[in-house]
Amino acid sequence: MPVNELIYMDYSATTPTDERVIEAMLPYWREGWGNPSSSHQFGQNAKMGLETARRTLANLLGASPAEIVFTGSGSEADNLALRGVMLKARESGRGNHLIISPIEHEAINHTAHQLADKMGFELTVLPVDQYGMVRPADLKSAIRPETVLVSIMAANNEIGTQQPITELGQICHDNQVLFHTDAVQAAQYVDWNLAESPIDLLSLAPHKFYGPKGVGILYIRNGTPIISTMTGGGQENGQRAGTVNVPFAVGAAKAFELVSEDREASNKKLQELRDYLIERVLGLFPADQVQLTGHPTQRMPHHASFAIKNIPGGDLVMHLDLLGIAASSGSACSSGNPIPSPVLQAIGLDDQWNAGGLRISLGKHSSISDIDRLIEQLPNALESLKQFSSVLYG
Amino acid sequence: MSNVQEDPANNIKKKRAVVAMSGGVDSSVAAALMVEQGYDVIGLMMRLWSEDGKEMLNRCCTPEQMDDARHIAGSLGIPFYVVDVKDYFRDTIVDFYLDQHRLGRTPNPCIECNREIRFNWLYERAMALNADYLVTGHYAQVKQSADGVYELHTGVDNNKDQSYVLHMLDQEHLAHVKFPVGGISKPEVRELAKKFDLPVASKSDSMDLCFLSGEDYRDFLTRHVPEINQPGPILNTAGETLGQHTGLPNYTIGQRKGLGITSPDPLFVLRKSASDNALILGSRSDVVTHDLTVRNVSWVAGHPPSHDEPFPAEVKIRYKARPVSAQVIPGPNKTATIQFEDPVFGATPGQGAVFYNGTNCLGGGIISDF
Repeated sequence: MPVNELIYMDYSATTPTDERVIEAMLPYWREGWGNPSSSHQFGQNAKMGLETARRTLANLLGASPAEIVFTGSGSEADNLALRGVMLKARESGRGNHLIISPIEHEAINHTAHQLADKMGFELTVLPVDQYGMVRPADLKSAIRPETVLVSIMAANNEIGTQQPITELGQICHDNQVLFHTDAVQAAQYVDWNLAESPIDLLSLAPHKFYGPKGVGILYIRNGTPIISTMTGGGQENGQRAGTVNVPFAVGAAKAFELVSEDREASNKKLQELRDYLIERVLGLFPADQVQLTGHPTQRMPHHASFAIKNIPGGDLVMHLDLLGIAASSGSACSSGNPIPSPVLQAIGLDDQWNAGGLRISLGKHSSISDIDRLIEQLPNALESLKQFSSVLYG
Repeated sequence: MSNVQEDPANNIKKKRAVVAMSGGVDSSVAAALMVEQGYDVIGLMMRLWSEDGKEMLNRCCTPEQMDDARHIAGSLGIPFYVVDVKDYFRDTIVDFYLDQHRLGRTPNPCIECNREIRFNWLYERAMALNADYLVTGHYAQVKQSADGVYELHTGVDNNKDQSYVLHMLDQEHLAHVKFPVGGISKPEVRELAKKFDLPVASKSDSMDLCFLSGEDYRDFLTRHVPEINQPGPILNTAGETLGQHTGLPNYTIGQRKGLGITSPDPLFVLRKSASDNALILGSRSDVVTHDLTVRNVSWVAGHPPSHDEPFPAEVKIRYKARPVSAQVIPGPNKTATIQFEDPVFGATPGQGAVFYNGTNCLGGGIISDF
């Protein structure tokens, strides 16, 4: 089936780049290609684009421009936050303990475990409830005098649950602990006012909101003790070396501007579509064969995720793709590798349920008719999968 | 007799073909040929096996081969998926392989893999994806007789013929299976890979078992089932001890050299007795076989050529053996007896015995213990 006949329902993996974002980037390849660190006028032109992008992002986030650091990806922003803060704390003898949740993206999870396993830091992984929500009381009791940093994602990529990050951040501040949130999934759905929030560090990935891939953003509150983990020429206020990709930074700002302008209306529309989607999918099955994963209401407005009993998510996604629907079993990173999902295990799903769920994530081009197509095709996909398993496994 | 030919491009709905892709040259060219012939082609790669820390050493399904297969699918413009069959492969093939060695047999896991994985698991997977055909890069040919019966024939390239490991295919399979490279030679396949601009044209042929991680099969056995590679007695046919062996898997039936036994008459490995871990030697006249029984017999036509009557055939007793003339006598419960015109040397329990009439593969079975 030609790609233009496929229905895209995987906006949590990535989004189509907005035409207006492409238009905004083009001049910085064609004319503004100078090195923003150069002192001549070529450099000044590029610098102007870069700093305008930084100001735009700062304004939209309720931050100051000096608090915005461009990186090469959302994962790099997460890496810089964790490694940069923990290594700085070691240097200044302020502590060695880090706290995360069990449902963090691999960029946090693997970085935290590397810090613990290879670099001698102490790591606590908090429990979550059946919806994947961190309980504030658990965070309170996990914080110790030597705790440096807590990193809890704003919303989970696989099950959509949004965390009470303001409350969690406040607990950290009350205990003089730094708070980082991976907002790669949640960025465009929240009206951030970081200056007034207890968030010290926040990661963004513009390709999740119709911007370019290959660029990430880390907000670092002024005065946060951190060292650079990418060392070199002192770009980005010494916090991330490497010549900044100016077109991508410009595109990132333009993309965030566009989603911010449209936030309220877009959230409302997406939520209506999502609720319709959830109702229709749950209606296809007897109640003991399917469950919504993640929180029923405290979830991102575009995100619906399900576990279907004894159905491997990866196989279901393959069948749906061939029926013209692009969905996901969880995160794009783990497709094709059917180990039980750690996120689904963390929320207490057993082997009958955790073989990878079905994630449908919507976006600005989604429509009711897309959902109706999914509802039409999903039983076909499941029927052929069941036929396959009954022939093979009886 | 005609090759099965269709023109799917003339059909309003294209016929769907699922190609089992390995990243190698044969399956890549098979996929390219199906695309060229106008099918709706889907590439599937099976993740069969991986051992922690040895992913890069496996002959199959390494991350590099997955990248190769994905890249080829991308360049052909076909959808491509990796499907996981590790648990089923371990249960039906690797455990089978180890169990057969425990019983003193020399299994051919490629036959069982085709029986259980490719033409069962993957075949059902393809049918569940509404495929009309499962396509592989095997060197064998599917033909159809005038009365509509499907036949399995040897690949045109005699050096590469793989009908031996496909003898279990039946009428249902052959109606839905295609081997696009079976009608051409390996050098031509390489030429086609160049013509299609596939980045695999110069890859070397794979030889070893796919799950061995680049090591010798004896090391694999020792690692997984240490107790089956233990020293034990070497006996003659009268049960007298002649010496010590280093572990039954280290010997092959018919072996003469390297036994560490001095004897006036040449002695050969006659059989392996797993129950008492003994290696039995015999003279040349003991080790040649006049007749054999085979089990797990299947017939490509669904029945023996002359139904229950004995029939003449050429029989291959291992993958690379020359076919030899014999009478095949079909028996009950999927058995058959093979009476060779001239005695054969080195027939080995666990290997396949496959029946041919010229290029036509009639069926086959697994050589029983003697």
